[in-house]
Amino acid sequence: MKYFCLLLALMLSPPVFAQTGLPPAPLADRQLDDPVKEAAARNLMEELRCLKCQSQSIADSNAPMAGDMRSKVRERIAAGETPEQVRDWLVDRYGAWVTYDPPVSAITWPLWIAPVILLILAIWLARGRFRRKKDNE
Amino acid sequence: MRRWVLWVPLGLFAIFFAAFATGLIMPKDDIIQSRMVGKPMPEFSLPAAIDQRPALASSDLATGKPQLLNIFASWCLPCIAEAPQLLELERAGVDINAIAIRDRQEDITNFLTRWGNPYRRIGSDETSSVQLELGSSGVPETFVIDGNGVITHQHIGDIRKDDVAMLLEKLKEAE
Repeated sequence: MKYFCLLLALMLSPPVFAQTGLPPAPLADRQLDDPVKEAAARNLMEELRCLKCQSQSIADSNAPMAGDMRSKVRERIAAGETPEQVRDWLVDRYGAWVTYDPPVSAITWPLWIAPVILLILAIWLARGRFRRKKDNE
Repeated sequence: MRRWVLWVPLGLFAIFFAAFATGLIMPKDDIIQSRMVGKPMPEFSLPAAIDQRPALASSDLATGKPQLLNIFASWCLPCIAEAPQLLELERAGVDINAIAIRDRQEDITNFLTRWGNPYRRIGSDETSSVQLELGSSGVPETFVIDGNGVITHQHIGDIRKDDVAMLLEKLKEAE
């Protein structure tokens, strides 16, 4: 019984082990009342990188800071900002790094050009193949 | 059939190999520098984190004298490691203000009683709101701010023994 009580006490005291004892920010896990705005906020969250756990979006992460960022995104969208304005606000502070949809710049242009080049190359190669077949017939 | 086409797969392999090899060899750099360096401090006003120190607003960070703004939390271990260095900076006559992130009054009081309190003012930022305004991505971080309230330097991570002289230098440059 003593051990059971101890176990129960341990089970009921998660804040002791939590990183911070504070509850999440007000809008971290609470949807906005307006479904259109909530959808816009949600879409944006999936394109914003968590600063603590850098391979996750803030929509996926349980880090307290990701929760704070989600709350901030919802707050700003609820206040009437467009998702692009919120994204720009974060990019102004953290750089293009923070978004999974980075703007075209001197460093990022290959991301857009590479698929086009590969497609052209593939068509060119395929064309060569088809033509050769015909010649053999 | 042109001969050189045969070499294309090998060439592609070499390119991918080079890309992955550099990715493996290069040291991991996942530190995100704030883009707010060189810009004025964003406007904010935070409530006092503890009873013994006054609250912190952005107007307190443009006093005509360069100062440090330390972002810390009682739940953050490296913040304990940097505590002696902050006290040393305070003894050297540096004004240090602080923002406590996601923290409770009693926890901050305990933390400062145990590890020393080098701060003049401490604002409590319970939802990391000012931290996001600053482009700061973790605790601890320390910003050097000039007399006009412009951020001139961001130090990411705990202040080590060797960083003290560097920060004093940065404060001098900010004059």
